[in-house]
Amino acid sequence: MSWIYIQQAIPAFINGFFLTLKLATIGIIGALLLGIVVAFWLYYQVIGHHVLRVYIAVSRNTPLLIQLFFIYYGLPGIGLKIPAEQTAIIGLIFLGGSYMADAFLGGLEAVPKIQVESGQVIGLSTWQLARYVIFPQGILYSLPAIGANIIFLIKETSIFTVIAIPEITNTALDLIGQNYRSNEYLLMMVVSYAIILIPLSLGLSWVERRLRRVNFSN
Amino acid sequence: MLTSAINLILAGTNLSRLIEGLGVTIEISVLSIFFGTILGGFLGLLWSNVTGAERGFFRTYLEIFRIVPTIPLLFLFYYTFPRDLNFNLPATAVSVLVFSLWFGAEFSDIVRAAVQSVAKGQKESAYAIGLTAWQSYRYVLLPQSLVNILPAYINLSTRIIKTTSILLLISVTEVITVGQQIIEANSSNRAVPLVVYGLIALFYFLINGTLTWLSKKIERKVVANDR
Repeated sequence: MSWIYIQQAIPAFINGFFLTLKLATIGIIGALLLGIVVAFWLYYQVIGHHVLRVYIAVSRNTPLLIQLFFIYYGLPGIGLKIPAEQTAIIGLIFLGGSYMADAFLGGLEAVPKIQVESGQVIGLSTWQLARYVIFPQGILYSLPAIGANIIFLIKETSIFTVIAIPEITNTALDLIGQNYRSNEYLLMMVVSYAIILIPLSLGLSWVERRLRRVNFSN
Repeated sequence: MLTSAINLILAGTNLSRLIEGLGVTIEISVLSIFFGTILGGFLGLLWSNVTGAERGFFRTYLEIFRIVPTIPLLFLFYYTFPRDLNFNLPATAVSVLVFSLWFGAEFSDIVRAAVQSVAKGQKESAYAIGLTAWQSYRYVLLPQSLVNILPAYINLSTRIIKTTSILLLISVTEVITVGQQIIEANSSNRAVPLVVYGLIALFYFLINGTLTWLSKKIERKVVANDR
């Protein structure tokens, strides 16, 4: 293991690191928004919720890689050319949205029925119920799953390497292809992901532990 | 353009090669799930009976496979370890190895959580009526944990199946690689990638969707029986 190679590769890895972070952040925020919308849509069974079930089934049962290939290589066949970065973000939001929707829906359904009924008894409208009773508690219950999904989505960004996006994994594989020093670059790759994921994982465990105390309020 | 693309796919040996590739995907998945289940089951049972510092060992094993994305893991086992430890495995074997280890790690956590969630009273009652540790597991704890394990087990299995798509990066001839070959052979038709990747997506959807549907059905049946 030679330090020189590690040193020379640091700029490339920093670029990859921030690109991963950027794509992951945009993707996760998009997924969260999409997830909340879809979850409420399903919870209140608004018209068209069956279509959403199909969306969730398709996005959960097909690999992200195929989704990316389909958008990036397939869609140009019908005249829709989407550049690599946008494809990555769309793919992440498409996949992440359904995972988040499942997590939020679970949280919403976990809100005790008593809460909803009490709210109705004291005359809250559907909107007020949603805004003050269901939504806050639903978010609380769904947080562990949301946390796990966030970590999952960040790891999924490594798949973007297949459409030549210079994120962490691609940077490492590219450098390995050039110099054959796989040890050094794999180490840097693992470290880059660890820098993101370990604090995130610890933070989420901490949040979960705080929440478990809150749950006894019923 | 689209219909000609569809015709191209169905022509010649294309479809049969795709199915062959799918077979490789399924084979690697099934083997990984098989070995991973044994490994994870064993580790999970151990884990749920261990306290303090020893727990850390299991948790570390799990977290390593949770933190490192699959692609670096695959490359580690395919490029780095063979060079350092001087052994040579074909790509498919490496894939099964890596996925089994990953499945084992995740599954051990599932097993541990399920076993620990079965009421403590059950374990104590079993001992109280004189069952040995082995008997209490066989007749009391495991049957009740199995209910909790099944949805997560199927979920994990579908994740493994989906992640096998990565294997194209270490030149395993699975379904996506074959798809790429077909696309390259028919590069004049621009609609071919759409149909090929759409078809492959359909394959994955059918396999995983069926598994998920099965697990929901079993779940409902078990819940109904519990009443």
